[in-house]
Amino acid sequence: MCYLFLIANIPFSDFFSLSSVPQFTNSPTLIVMVGLPARGKTYISKKLTRYLNWIGVPTKVFNLGQYRREAVQAYKTFEFFLPDNEEAMKIRKACAITALKDIHHYFTQEQGQVAVFDATNTTRDRRADILCFAKESGYKVFFVESICDDPDIIEANIMEVKLSSPDYQDCDKEEALVDFLKRIECYKMSYVPLDDEMDRNLSYIKIFNVGFRYLVNRVQDHIQSRIVYYLMNIHVTPRSIYLCRHGESELNLLGRIGGDSGLSPRGNKFACTLAGFIQSQCIRNLKVWTSHMKRTIQTAEALGVAYEQWKALNEIDAGVCEELTYEEIQEHYPEEFALRDQDKYRYRYPKGESYEDLVHRLEPVIMELERQENVLVVCHQAVMRCLLAYFLDKSAEELPYLKCPLHTVLKLTPVAYGCKVESVFLNVEAVNTHRDRPVNVDVSRDPQDALLTVPEHI
Amino acid sequence: FLSSSQMWCASICPASLPPFIVPLRMCMTNCPTLIVTVGLPARGKTYISKKLTRYLNWIGVPTKEFNVGQYRRDCVKIYKSFEFFRPDNEEGLKIRKQCASAALNDVQQYLGEEGGQVAVFDATNTTRERRETIVRFAEQNGYKVFFVESVCEDPDVIAENIVQVKLGSPDYTDCNTDEAIEDFMKRIKCYENSYQTLDEDLDRELSFIKIIDVGRRYLVNRVLDHIQSRIVYYLMNIHITPRSIYLCRHGESDLNVKGRIGGDSGLSLRGKEFARYLAKFIQDQNIKDLKVWTSQMKRTIQTAEALSVPYEQWKALNEIDAGVCEEMMYEEIQENYPLEFALRDQDKYRYRYPKGESYEDLVQRLEPVIMELERQENVLVICHQAVMRCLLAYFLDKSADELPYLKCPLHTVLKLTPVAYGCKVESISLNVDAVNTHRDKPEVGPHCTAWGPVSSNMRSVPVLSATCTLGLELLSRRISDRWLLNRGDILKPVRLDLFPHFVFPAE
Repeated sequence: MCYLFLIANIPFSDFFSLSSVPQFTNSPTLIVMVGLPARGKTYISKKLTRYLNWIGVPTKVFNLGQYRREAVQAYKTFEFFLPDNEEAMKIRKACAITALKDIHHYFTQEQGQVAVFDATNTTRDRRADILCFAKESGYKVFFVESICDDPDIIEANIMEVKLSSPDYQDCDKEEALVDFLKRIECYKMSYVPLDDEMDRNLSYIKIFNVGFRYLVNRVQDHIQSRIVYYLMNIHVTPRSIYLCRHGESELNLLGRIGGDSGLSPRGNKFACTLAGFIQSQCIRNLKVWTSHMKRTIQTAEALGVAYEQWKALNEIDAGVCEELTYEEIQEHYPEEFALRDQDKYRYRYPKGESYEDLVHRLEPVIMELERQENVLVVCHQAVMRCLLAYFLDKSAEELPYLKCPLHTVLKLTPVAYGCKVESVFLNVEAVNTHRDRPVNVDVSRDPQDALLTVPEHI
Repeated sequence: FLSSSQMWCASICPASLPPFIVPLRMCMTNCPTLIVTVGLPARGKTYISKKLTRYLNWIGVPTKEFNVGQYRRDCVKIYKSFEFFRPDNEEGLKIRKQCASAALNDVQQYLGEEGGQVAVFDATNTTRERRETIVRFAEQNGYKVFFVESVCEDPDVIAENIVQVKLGSPDYTDCNTDEAIEDFMKRIKCYENSYQTLDEDLDRELSFIKIIDVGRRYLVNRVLDHIQSRIVYYLMNIHITPRSIYLCRHGESDLNVKGRIGGDSGLSLRGKEFARYLAKFIQDQNIKDLKVWTSQMKRTIQTAEALSVPYEQWKALNEIDAGVCEEMMYEEIQENYPLEFALRDQDKYRYRYPKGESYEDLVQRLEPVIMELERQENVLVICHQAVMRCLLAYFLDKSADELPYLKCPLHTVLKLTPVAYGCKVESISLNVDAVNTHRDKPEVGPHCTAWGPVSSNMRSVPVLSATCTLGLELLSRRISDRWLLNRGDILKPVRLDLFPHFVFPAE
């Protein structure tokens, strides 16, 4: 990575010598984080990226700290960040240029739609350079500034994510905390927040004290509007989300997909066991959500608490294949069956839905889950896979094959930059409804090859 | 039986029947919300109030606006001059305070007894004192308060507001334009000295959005719940740039000609002709930067293709799914599903086709389209009958009862242009004949049913016997899902307050 030192003195605009490109409505968007260290920039970057990818907008985070760690193999102390440390300044600027170059590559060669430039970007100069870079390529720029003066929040951030950073592997907690606070001081002196007057032509959102207040300026388009809406709905209050499927249903027992049947005797037993489990967890202000289908409603009824029905949580509509067994689907629609195995995420049942459609219809549920605190969602296999993929950042390829067995509760607890998952099987037997992707997905395959991975049923 | 939770009921049924569960749709926010506008005159408060009210009602949240100016006009029959609003006019102040109280009383009535969910208190509310009074009132009644402040110093915007909505106000019927403007500017002055804008520090405990310069910037503080979050999102997406929205259906389709509903057929010959006429019409209109949207169904796509401009396909614009009735004629529906047919006529807005959708479902799925229409400028939407009715109902503030019967004939373009507080509609028939697909609401009682547009036979529906009674309480609650019990069948919910008797398997 030696070359970084050689180009460090070249201004941004010379490095990217392209003529200015006009902005079209589908121009890529560059989200630029702004804020002192430990203000949640990386948390927001990662969460926003996860959300945008889930709704189908190819997005990637470019974390400057990562570039710096690669350039400077061993972090010594906060002194690297002193404003008068010339050599460090060169390295940091070179890293920024490399990151922007990678962003350019992501947009032009990798079909990226949104890039999140996760760095402090605390000076007006640095932001001007980025705007220059974006203008030359016709990228839209949206700033996300996080302002926080609550020392408790800052300390909690440091404890949760900084102490375990590679920078502080060999330090003890106290030392690390002291060093990091001094690091923040290095930035404070030159920090110029986005200004009401001077930056009135920029598009940005300023988040104050983790969502207490927001200042939104010049939202340009639909994607920025969605981003603002999302950022205004997320919070950091500790809570858990419980995901589970309805109890085993009559149609489950028969190996039939879809439909609107009631619970089997074992399904009823699960519902009662679930009630016991929920009570034992002593969850504060738990909200319970179900779909409009009998089997989730019957499961929730056993809990003896108020619950809310969401049509959006209904199982994927299998169209002409509703209530068929896999064997029947193979018999009546062998071609469709094979096409589904080829691209299970995008495949749409005739007169039915695809996983892609499901994600679209579940977006309001995700938004509301972000707003809420403790929630138990009693839903269905395909639906649960979509929700899980959102929380665990699973790709469209993995999503339709995530394992969501009956009678198992997944407890998701946001922690650091991700989600902790605890899987609790409630000890009530049920059929297996998971069908792995078979090896042979050719349209002209034999029925045996197609039905190889079908689970057992009556 | 009533379960321990107040929200749910279960019925007593013969032991052989599975438990009959009647679900109630729980509101996400149980407390009513009081939206309070803040701002000097001619800052768009009433425009925002009316638009927000229209939007909330359309998505199913019962909302009503209470305009204090209206109360003042009812109280003081004749408006003389701006002097009424002078801060030292004691009598004027007394009357204005009384009007505010009267309005708040009506708010209490609406949110308490009339089943309202949101009330919009539209007045200047420019002093901290007045706002504190309102907050206290809300606390006493258990309402959540959300302030919407509009701050604008651009003299052009203010002048335009005055011209568009103030000059036509009852206050200025007998004045000429110049006199009216002069008087109104002096009226604004009366408020300016005592105006205390919502402050980031002093008002940090309040929930509010401050809209600066008609949406150039927003300051959002303490959004408490889902409905406030939706309101903020909506307010941040609307604009006042002049533009027009063109709504039309696809050209006549092959299934239209056969009198069949739904399906995914292509255009008939006349439909194709319409598409060509539409292309010419659009060209002649010379619309700046027109966006064209269609559904994902063949008939709208084929119509748009004739325009030879780029267009965007929205799945959300697909026609209402008629479920088991897809591609049937009304006569066939009457023959195969007479009960369904009658139920649909009883409540066309909420009725959901078996395995299909209701108009209510349609509205929910069209909400993102409406949001995007608000963000856009000139748009042509090529869609379907039921979809067009829903969109039209949003723009023209039609109720859920009127919505399913709005007239949206084939081969006719509706041009909607926002003006003052509402929408101007121009209906342009492109002079290409087509079948009529409109079916009026027939005369219905519990024992009647009717045919479609072709014949007007009245036939009685078989009398349904009840073998089980449910409490009166169940009958009076509004349920948005239909349940129908047939022998050995799967449980589905039913509109109990519409249907006087229940069908149960004969035992």
